[in-house]
Amino acid sequence: MPTATTFRAQGGRRGGMAAALVAGLLFPGVLHAARVSDVAGADWLDQAARFLSFRDLSVRYAVCGAVLLGVCCGVLGGFVVVRKMALMGDTLSHAVLPGVALGFLWNLSKDPVAIFVGATLAGLLGTGMVRAITHTTRLKEDAALGLVLASFFAAGACLVTMIQRLPTGSKSGVDKFLFGQAAAINSGDVWLMLAVTVLVLGLVGLFYKELLIVSFDGGFARASGLPVAWIDRGLMLLLAFSVVIALQAVGAVLVSAMLITPAAAAYLLTDRLHRLLWLAAAFGVAAGVTGAFFSFLGHNLPTGPLMVIGASTVFAGAFFLGPRHGVLARWWRRRDRAARTRRENTLKSLYRIGEEADFAAEGATLTELARLRKETLEDAQRLATDLVRHGLATQSDDLVYFTPAGRQRAAEIVRNHRLWELYLTNSANIAADHVHEDAEKIEHVLGEEVVRDLERRLNHAAVDPHGRRIPTAGEIHRAAGLSGESGRK
Amino acid sequence: MTVPPDPSPAPLEIHDLTVSYHKKPVLWGVDLAVPRGQLVGIVGPNGAGKSTLIKACMGLLPLNSGWVKVFGRPLRDVATRVGYVPQRESVDWDFPVNVMDVVLMGRYGRLGLLRRPSAADRAAAKACLEKVGMLPFANRQIANLSGGQQQRVFLARALAQEADLYFMDEPFAGVDAATESAIIAVLRELRSQGRTLLVVHHDLPTARSYFDMLLLLNMNVVAFGPTAQVFTAELLQKTYGGRLTVLSEVAHAVGAQERGAP
Repeated sequence: MPTATTFRAQGGRRGGMAAALVAGLLFPGVLHAARVSDVAGADWLDQAARFLSFRDLSVRYAVCGAVLLGVCCGVLGGFVVVRKMALMGDTLSHAVLPGVALGFLWNLSKDPVAIFVGATLAGLLGTGMVRAITHTTRLKEDAALGLVLASFFAAGACLVTMIQRLPTGSKSGVDKFLFGQAAAINSGDVWLMLAVTVLVLGLVGLFYKELLIVSFDGGFARASGLPVAWIDRGLMLLLAFSVVIALQAVGAVLVSAMLITPAAAAYLLTDRLHRLLWLAAAFGVAAGVTGAFFSFLGHNLPTGPLMVIGASTVFAGAFFLGPRHGVLARWWRRRDRAARTRRENTLKSLYRIGEEADFAAEGATLTELARLRKETLEDAQRLATDLVRHGLATQSDDLVYFTPAGRQRAAEIVRNHRLWELYLTNSANIAADHVHEDAEKIEHVLGEEVVRDLERRLNHAAVDPHGRRIPTAGEIHRAAGLSGESGRK
Repeated sequence: MTVPPDPSPAPLEIHDLTVSYHKKPVLWGVDLAVPRGQLVGIVGPNGAGKSTLIKACMGLLPLNSGWVKVFGRPLRDVATRVGYVPQRESVDWDFPVNVMDVVLMGRYGRLGLLRRPSAADRAAAKACLEKVGMLPFANRQIANLSGGQQQRVFLARALAQEADLYFMDEPFAGVDAATESAIIAVLRELRSQGRTLLVVHHDLPTARSYFDMLLLLNMNVVAFGPTAQVFTAELLQKTYGGRLTVLSEVAHAVGAQERGAP
């Protein structure tokens, strides 16, 4: 790869049409021919084995590059996401394109340093223009971001097309900066990426505390005497650096996704910033390497889209499977709560049946339960089975009995319901016939602390608005204990 | 509250302060000298520039004219002696930090660059959380707190600053009664330790009982003095009444001219 570039570059500078043609046709042609033979002779398993064995130098460079850009973009992306700068990241990453083209035109070669400098300057100019527009006009940031993004990218696209038309241009590889090509990464690129990653990790490590406070509460940070403006500028510069080193592999169109997506996935999984940064880096590496791998499998498909699909898959995983905020976990919790509410309603009905008989009769029949729950006998049986399975009741023939735990929970629910009704009618002046519906929901969620408070506020009243007795805390405790003893007999 | 004559410079001195938002003056020619060990309430109608005054004192806004001195020196030299409680809405409460992280931020100013919070800083932060009754929640993510609890966390962070002069922007906004009395108790304790507090407050009836001194503000200082002297119907009428519409109209005109509007 490096030899090919230098050859092409020299050819370009001499302006010799023939040399360029030779460079253009012969060199990549040879490379391409090798690949074609691979396709013909080997299936994708061999290709995968070739990737995983790291035999090829270009594979090694591509993987190193993917790891480095994953770490770099992941860590800085964490700050982009928590600071709500995602659109700024997008604008920055599109704004670098004209800089890439100008960096190439500087000496008509894909010199990593010239392109790095050009792209960084263009990116910073773009973000500077966003700031200038918002400060001097009435336009808000979103419009300014959209404007700069589009105009810089348009200029970049024109320049890239022009370079493509140059005699040497079509094989310059500048078009790869649009959608990325990890296989185009050479040793010079890897060293530059390593340098930037070390710089990013070093500075984030050193100034973690400052980055944290500036991201969370900039006003407070400034009032504390911290150099907020410098920290912001430094972060912006590091962001520009990381976008630029990722550009070769991911491409200007999608590089912002490598900033946003891994960090967004991490944001769904943790509540602490330092863990978020570690996770985002790990996700970035995973996405980067997967993208490089599939690009290689598909014989140098554009890497950027594949990496971004990898990152998006990670995000989808976090979105659906995240233990706390994930869709699946939330659905499971909702289902769990609904089932518990159903059980508690059954317990309540059993309690009511016992209450009607002044707790003289042992247990309740399924028919009574079905009547009170307004269910069929079959459904009542299902409810009873559910209680038995959770150790809240026992059943012999069609009689259902409380276990100690069941009796205690039943008394608690009845107490919560009646206390809440009483509270609403007494303290909130809501008519007695309006409170039942509300209490039906509240009874399942009242915590012990709130119940104590309600009891105090209501002077430990014994009777609810409908004239029924409210079980006391002592009674609930005793009920559990007594039936516990009878249960043991 | 009588303060013995104090040879040291006033905690806060403001001279001829003018501040504009989008070229439209919000504060005009504010002069103020706050004596030490006072709990000062800043009251005035909406848009009177209460928060702007605080932010300008903290160096968070550019000044059009005038100067602010803290303990006789520019704020930059004495930043660690100044504490700040911003408005609760000014931050994103979904931010991935827990209560302890936020309170530790109160130590960052005196730590300076590069130094990490030490065990002593953690102990100090814990003591501050204890003071506002939030220690049990030290490891909670801040989104899982009630509004009152969030305000207490902000107060704890300010306590961790161990400052001599405090600016607080609406610390009583949207909090429950228990939190309100907890906060005022902490503020009084700070005052009795000789610290000076300026508190933006929006509730007139409680302003009278909470504060030693009141600053009645409406674009400029309507009155500043001990609560008993300043809390009069006449002065309040002057602060909240219509007299100042002329001032704000002129400000509007000035802003339009400066912006170059037609």
